[in-house]
Amino acid sequence: MSEAAIAAEEARPGRLKAFGTFARRNPTIVIGAVLLAFMVTLALLAPLITNPPMQASPADRLKPPDFSNFFDPEKRDRFGTDNLGRDIFARTLHGARVSLMVGLSVAILATVIGLAIGLVAGYYRRVDAVVMRLMDGLMSIPSILLAIALVALTRGGLLLLIIAITIPEVPRVVRLVRAVVLAVRERPFVDAAISVGSRSRKIIIRHVLPMTVAPLIVQATYICASAILIEAGLSFLGAGVPPEIATWGNMIAQSRLFFARAPWLIFFPGAALALVVLAVNLLGDGLRDRLDPRLARRM
Amino acid sequence: MGAYIARRLIATIPVMLVVAVCVFLLLHLTPGDPAAVLAGDNATSDQVAQIRAQLGLDEPLWRQFGMWLWRLMQGDLGESLFWGKPVLDLVLERAEPTISLALTTITFAVIIAVSLGVLAAWQAGTLVDRLIMGFAVLGFSVPVFVVGYVLIFVFAINLRWVPVQGYTPLAEGVGPWLERLVLPSIALGLAYVALIARITRASMLEVLAEDYVRTAQAKGVATRPMLTRHALKNAAVPIVTVVGIGVALLIGGVVITETVFNIPGVGRLVVDAIQRRDYPIIQGCILIFSAVYVLVNLLVDISYTFFDPRIRY
Amino acid sequence: MNLVEPEMQVATAVKPILEVEDLRTHFFTRDGVTRAVDGVSFTVAPGETLGIVGESGCGKSVTALSILRLLPARLGRIVGGSVRFEGQELLSLPEGRMRDIRGNRVAMIFQEPMTSLNPVLTIGDQIAEAVMIHQGASRSDALRRAAEMLRLVRIPDAEKRVGDYPHQFSGGMRQRVMIAMALSCSPRLLIADEPTTALDVTVQAQILKLMLELKQATGSAVMLITHDLGVIAETCQRVIVMYAGRVVEQAEVLELFDAPLHPYTRGLMASIPRIGLGRRKRLAEIPGIVPDLRKPIVGCAFAPRCPIASARCRAEPPPLAEHRPGHLAACWHAGEMP
Repeated sequence: MSEAAIAAEEARPGRLKAFGTFARRNPTIVIGAVLLAFMVTLALLAPLITNPPMQASPADRLKPPDFSNFFDPEKRDRFGTDNLGRDIFARTLHGARVSLMVGLSVAILATVIGLAIGLVAGYYRRVDAVVMRLMDGLMSIPSILLAIALVALTRGGLLLLIIAITIPEVPRVVRLVRAVVLAVRERPFVDAAISVGSRSRKIIIRHVLPMTVAPLIVQATYICASAILIEAGLSFLGAGVPPEIATWGNMIAQSRLFFARAPWLIFFPGAALALVVLAVNLLGDGLRDRLDPRLARRM
Repeated sequence: MGAYIARRLIATIPVMLVVAVCVFLLLHLTPGDPAAVLAGDNATSDQVAQIRAQLGLDEPLWRQFGMWLWRLMQGDLGESLFWGKPVLDLVLERAEPTISLALTTITFAVIIAVSLGVLAAWQAGTLVDRLIMGFAVLGFSVPVFVVGYVLIFVFAINLRWVPVQGYTPLAEGVGPWLERLVLPSIALGLAYVALIARITRASMLEVLAEDYVRTAQAKGVATRPMLTRHALKNAAVPIVTVVGIGVALLIGGVVITETVFNIPGVGRLVVDAIQRRDYPIIQGCILIFSAVYVLVNLLVDISYTFFDPRIRY
Repeated sequence: MNLVEPEMQVATAVKPILEVEDLRTHFFTRDGVTRAVDGVSFTVAPGETLGIVGESGCGKSVTALSILRLLPARLGRIVGGSVRFEGQELLSLPEGRMRDIRGNRVAMIFQEPMTSLNPVLTIGDQIAEAVMIHQGASRSDALRRAAEMLRLVRIPDAEKRVGDYPHQFSGGMRQRVMIAMALSCSPRLLIADEPTTALDVTVQAQILKLMLELKQATGSAVMLITHDLGVIAETCQRVIVMYAGRVVEQAEVLELFDAPLHPYTRGLMASIPRIGLGRRKRLAEIPGIVPDLRKPIVGCAFAPRCPIASARCRAEPPPLAEHRPGHLAACWHAGEMP
């Protein structure tokens, strides 16, 4: 065995132990991350391991869940079938793809846009007043209603849905970033940077940006959770993803009439939805406790 | 105090103006001819023309806005394309169920959430605390409609404890009225309870570590008055702030809850309007809900003085 | 200024109202157990003023909080010993009975007048509360009593000020309010934990004077905790010196100042400023640092900082022994000069 290999061998239990310590001190991060990783894996593998989600089979309508022979690839009623005989298991896994994509896209988009606006608003006092009034107004519009109005008018696809969910989330990021910028501005080193003639762009990149990272990661996680919930809510109301796409919200909306007879139609997509949002929220709580103890105390 | 309230009322004007502009622009920023969008895919050119005339879409944008705003200030929210009735009348007809649902939810949610949060803070680190906080994260994560259907399935369909869906006006008696509001309130309030319980716990934890809590204990104050009179009143400002901010959560939830439980309220009006592309209704309801939200948070601001004598205006 | 009246100095002979015996309070943290109070014994006689002096972290405040069982359970626990008040064991008393004693027969004044009053309740309500709890008074009677107490601690316009909130008072005024609150039920024992530390020097003297006057008027005993030997000299009859969670010396005030036996006490005295030498200095002027209370201490806890420590001091803990009548010290070399 080479020396490097021995070193690696010796390091392994150490690393495992370090992970154990980390997991004990941050149980929520680990539970959330593992749960989320599991759901993401299933979502990514969905086309490979399940039947086509739209394949109807009138002969198999409203079959209850049957967990026997769970891993038989031909099986269509693991989680039961819906009123058109479609495989709920396949549809639930495919629904994860939409939910996760919307959640991730909105989180990234809202963070990036909010960060840009927040930096500018926090740094240039003249812009600040106008932008913050605008954000106050935008925040006063209930986000689901705003998204409903946008989607209802355009009947657009997924991209428009993502934009519609992103817009109401932006003001929260702006407020957060602005608060950080204002706090950092008061610090002596920024004064010092200004006094030695640093350009404001440089000051922002060097001093302000790094301070926003931790709270933004936490905020992005919460936005992701909220976006997934809003997407599901919009689809449920018929103002989200077009009904021919299998999403959890659509599945539940389409099952409304049958659910007294076939509760599994709502149970499985509902449980999957709750599980994903729970995972993201746990991750967010854990990250908040770990990255931003000051925020953790306040929340 | 009066001057402060007046000043704060005036300060809401620009916020509401931003809301109005956003709501107005929504229709006009969407690609394509708004009249054609509203008329739908199967509309004849006559219908499109009629809508265009009805909404004044031929005028220049700023004039349209001016006219719309002018009518708005006179309480005219426009006319529904589908019903042919003023939007305000439609909203008022459906206000009772929505207000009932919102008020019962807020009342019970705040009482339950604050109790849970205080209990969790007092028992911080114990199993009780962890169970409450676990419940709170879960409450955040399960969407309103899933909770709603689970409740209906268990309590209305299987156990038959309460009616399945619908709404009974208050005029027909408090019992029947409340009976039909129980499940929707739980479904709607769950996330709200979670939110308030979390902030209550956090705020109480901070206060319980203060010197004056120890002073109270040194005086011989019992646990309950120590938690409520001495600690909770100090912890109140962040809590009422979140109670106000959380109303946004409730407004979104109302729309979904009314759909799940078949409650003929303002939320249902909006949802039906989406299907019919009845834009004036959507516009009007967004404006009304936003105004409610702004007003609630104004009340919250004013209530700070009641909880904390150091805050003076 | 010596506020001690001669006839009070014989008070130690009668039956004590407070007997603390081998009190042990430990803090349980992630990094181990801290022995904050490690076998402390002393008594307080009726009407007596006992001083407890020591550097911060020596366990004097924890001792006070332990007597009233006010330590947050999450933080520390009393693991042993006995606290008897008027012959009654407090440590095993049910919480409800303990509450009847707190604020009623044993009252406490804290160090931070700025944060020890509840900011959202009126001064009157805060004073009245104890009266209502312990004497079953109605709110209006209790508020009248509160105004009376405020007058007693010489707050001008007392009747009007009962309706004011703490932020409308200065630091010294707030400490007067704390005193009024503590004395509102005429306690038999008043525990004052650094009551003047947070105040201006000029205000300090006024507050101490007021406390002692009221004490004499009500006849209650006082346990005065401070890091300031100067305060002790002005106010107390007997002194206990604490170090690292233990009592290292105990004596009458005059005896202690005349002939300190423990090298730690001598160190403390050396750091009292003489008149004309400028500002009063804090105690931490003895070289070295307080030992880590998480680690077991072998021998005398003061040995590492002691100028006359011997091999025996580092190996064997010295017992608290009577070296002269009424004068106890825990030192193998008690009275020896460096």
